[in-house]
Amino acid sequence: MKRAVLGAVAVAALAIMAGPASAQQKLKVGFIYVGPVGDHGWSYQHDQGRKAIEKELGDRVETSYVESVPEADSERAIEQLARTGHKLIFTTSFGYMEPTLKVAKKYPNVMFEHATGFKREKNVSTYAARFYEGRYISGQIAAKMSKTGVIGYVGAYPIPEVVAGINAYFLGAQSVNPAVKLKVVYVNSWYDPGKEADGAKALLDQGVDVLTQHTDSPAPLQAAEARGKLAFGQASDMIKFAPKAQLTAIIDNWNDYYVARTKAVLDGSWKAQDTWGGLAQHMVVMAPYTNMPEDVAKLAKETEEAIRSGKLKPFKCPVFKQDGSQVECKGGDGLSDEQILGMNFYVKGIDDKLPQ
Amino acid sequence: MSMFEAVLLTIVTASTPLLLAALGELVAERAGVLNLGVEGMMAMGAACGFAGAVVFDSTALGVLSGMIAAVLLASLFAFAVLGLATNQVASGLALTILGLGLAGLIGAPFIGARREPIAHLHIPGLTDLPVVGRLFFGQDAFVYVSLLLALAVAWFLFHTRAGLTLRSVGENHTSAHSLGLPVVRVRLLAIVFGGACAGLSGAYLSLVYTRFWSPGMTAGRGWIALALVVFAAWRPGRAFAGAYLFGAATVLQLHAQAASIGLPSQTLSALPYLATVVALVLLSLGKRRAVGAPGSLGTPFVPDR
Repeated sequence: MKRAVLGAVAVAALAIMAGPASAQQKLKVGFIYVGPVGDHGWSYQHDQGRKAIEKELGDRVETSYVESVPEADSERAIEQLARTGHKLIFTTSFGYMEPTLKVAKKYPNVMFEHATGFKREKNVSTYAARFYEGRYISGQIAAKMSKTGVIGYVGAYPIPEVVAGINAYFLGAQSVNPAVKLKVVYVNSWYDPGKEADGAKALLDQGVDVLTQHTDSPAPLQAAEARGKLAFGQASDMIKFAPKAQLTAIIDNWNDYYVARTKAVLDGSWKAQDTWGGLAQHMVVMAPYTNMPEDVAKLAKETEEAIRSGKLKPFKCPVFKQDGSQVECKGGDGLSDEQILGMNFYVKGIDDKLPQ
Repeated sequence: MSMFEAVLLTIVTASTPLLLAALGELVAERAGVLNLGVEGMMAMGAACGFAGAVVFDSTALGVLSGMIAAVLLASLFAFAVLGLATNQVASGLALTILGLGLAGLIGAPFIGARREPIAHLHIPGLTDLPVVGRLFFGQDAFVYVSLLLALAVAWFLFHTRAGLTLRSVGENHTSAHSLGLPVVRVRLLAIVFGGACAGLSGAYLSLVYTRFWSPGMTAGRGWIALALVVFAAWRPGRAFAGAYLFGAATVLQLHAQAASIGLPSQTLSALPYLATVVALVLLSLGKRRAVGAPGSLGTPFVPDR
């Protein structure tokens, strides 16, 4: 009996101690990154978004992040954030999908934002950017700038997100040079500068003179610069790594979205939703067009404007698969979002087999 | 430059960091110390090597900084496993975590900085020879150092008295101790050598392989070096073969993809690991007597006074 009373007193004391603190508690926002924030690319841009939240809402929020979290082992890290009082958690890689859903189920009062995924719950939103819009522009520039007519692509994994980018790049290139050839190399890693550089070198050795990448470090771009060839920046403006080689870069801009979603939590209007923004929503931004003649830059700008205004769709119908068969057109005059998100084929003209 | 030559040149670049780190670890393990901290020491070498090169505006001083940083980290490990006789596996894992973290901290101000390519050997006449010219006479200093180091380690281990001492310390530290051999001192030197090699390998990554620093850029190469030592049965010649085989398979599978030979990229990516394991296992099978690990590998030594 005595022990029970003591216990109750202790609990009461704790409650009193915790009371005033929680009254003025800031909203804790957490981030999980797949690479280091210093990767100059993907994770770096997400961290810019986190900083934007701090800048905009600094007196009402508190942010924290965990970097270099392997996708296979992310559940612990996500749960750790949920357990330590984070009410809004951004998980910023495709492979975090299942772990995010699992933790979200356990913590129904925590709101989750999963990047590039397609599964939603009451407390799980998804968001992504239409990078393929930028890829289409890069493809046009690449085909214009290539002297050999062979352009290259360093990919991470043969997953729909990457494959859609490859197709958009190639369709863009084809639109200005129907005879263009594309070579693709997958390095099976999002982030391994050494291997990314090796992949780029292999492409350059095989006659590629303009390459682009869907991996996260500036290594492929730098490899192109070292050989006096041309390339594109990935995720962030990488011009300082390759002042002579970077033609432009497809920049991910999460700042506006992250601030808006945090505000939504603060004023209680947050709801699970799916956001897929592109050039029009400033989620995808093109870095300045450099190292190219005036007319190519002009073409790029025109294409950018046409995509932004909706006049041009990178995946406008008809789209043909490698075997020549036409892809069913489910999105009116272009492929539907589902078709782009689940893209598992190369378009006609790519002289390579898609690893299944 | 022919395609063949270009491929060979890339293979050398991919193999050199593995060879350097593997040689250092090989010597440490021959002395009976299992240091699982290679990845961490390598990261420190990469971060401090790059930082040093930027601060002093000299690649040589950068390399030196990288090696010193990795040696300091290795000394910490030596203090734990030799001085305090702690568990080597745990201490090594802790060293990797510490090294990766410290490297990130030290390297943070240097993110985004870039360096010019380092000088390559050029001997008029020889370097311009077709095919073999650039391969043999046009490499950077790291490559020549790594090859000389492989020869030097092989000669030291099997043809010098000091090498014999080191191996006996690794085989049976109690007997070595009773013979009056300085077990702790030999191991300390071996660990420091391993640290210097890992630092050199890391500096190669951030100054030559990809000329920038970014956290996590070692991307598991330290672990591959560790595995190479085991599969090479603790022999420098085979470590050389393993490192170059691994490097070659890595580069060739990328070329195979670019040439679209039609094999899935996932299978091709697994190839370097498979090829290296199979080749080194076959090498070991060829020998009559089994080549096992050094007898005292991984066991703490506490002098019995």
